[in-house]
Amino acid sequence: MESKITNYSVPTEYQSELGKMNILGFWIFIAAEIILFATLFALYGVYHNRTAEGPTGPEVFVIRDVMIQTILLLTSSFTCGYVITSLRKGNVKSANIWIGITLLFGLGFLVMEINEFIHYAHAGLTIQTSAFGSSLLTLLGTHGAHVTFGVVWAILLAIQLVQRGITPITASKVHIWSIYWHFLDVVWIFIFTFVYLGGLM
Amino acid sequence: MNNKTHASGVGNIIGYVIGLILTFAAAWLVLKSSLATSMKWTIISIFAIIQAGLQLFMFMHMSEGEDRDTKVVHTIYAIFMGIVVVFGSIWVMTAGHPIG
Repeated sequence: MESKITNYSVPTEYQSELGKMNILGFWIFIAAEIILFATLFALYGVYHNRTAEGPTGPEVFVIRDVMIQTILLLTSSFTCGYVITSLRKGNVKSANIWIGITLLFGLGFLVMEINEFIHYAHAGLTIQTSAFGSSLLTLLGTHGAHVTFGVVWAILLAIQLVQRGITPITASKVHIWSIYWHFLDVVWIFIFTFVYLGGLM
Repeated sequence: MNNKTHASGVGNIIGYVIGLILTFAAAWLVLKSSLATSMKWTIISIFAIIQAGLQLFMFMHMSEGEDRDTKVVHTIYAIFMGIVVVFGSIWVMTAGHPIG
């Protein structure tokens, strides 16, 4: 009875009791994620000047690449909005195309981030160099790991959409993934603002 | 709530354009303008908060569904706790003995 429809007047993802409760439950999880990233921001805020003998932020940050990363992730968040739009129009094919486009931007972001880490390592900044390096790379790495997880998750959901079509259950799963994906952009906005721009001031 | 209002992509485009403008404006302010550092911090912080709000309400559909009050209150509480964690940590670790 898990996909029993209780209300037809709302979008598909809210129609089943399970789907509705899962979406609420995911928002509770997002709150835990907010606290997780808050602790990492706090760590960076406390340690960002502790560079030991290693490079400082302004010495290693490449603002052009950071802007590209920001735009890639912002764009993927934007295209992710159309996944939900397609879902609510009942169009599986268009939902999957938008998932694909979103993932391309997401993967572009990851490629840029991996290049960034390689650049840091070459510039002499690793997770072992200084408290600055540890806190910076833990914050960026945790975010990057989340993006990687989001990519894998979306691929599995796209397969399920093809197999099962848009039902109250699959729609709520995709909706939950979209919440997660937008949340990663929210975290990135704060990384961009307070780590990179803040570091360059 | 009906399906039609939320199926429109116009809100998406507005959110995206505002996001891009705020991103470039923040970068320009920090890198090219000659404002005082404290002023730059204030403005880019406001820009970040606006962008986060856009994501939460326009993209993440936080304020929809029967559970919207629960979602909004719980998320705002988490944001408050996050702010306490960040600024509380920095304060307690720097007050009286400046680091760096």
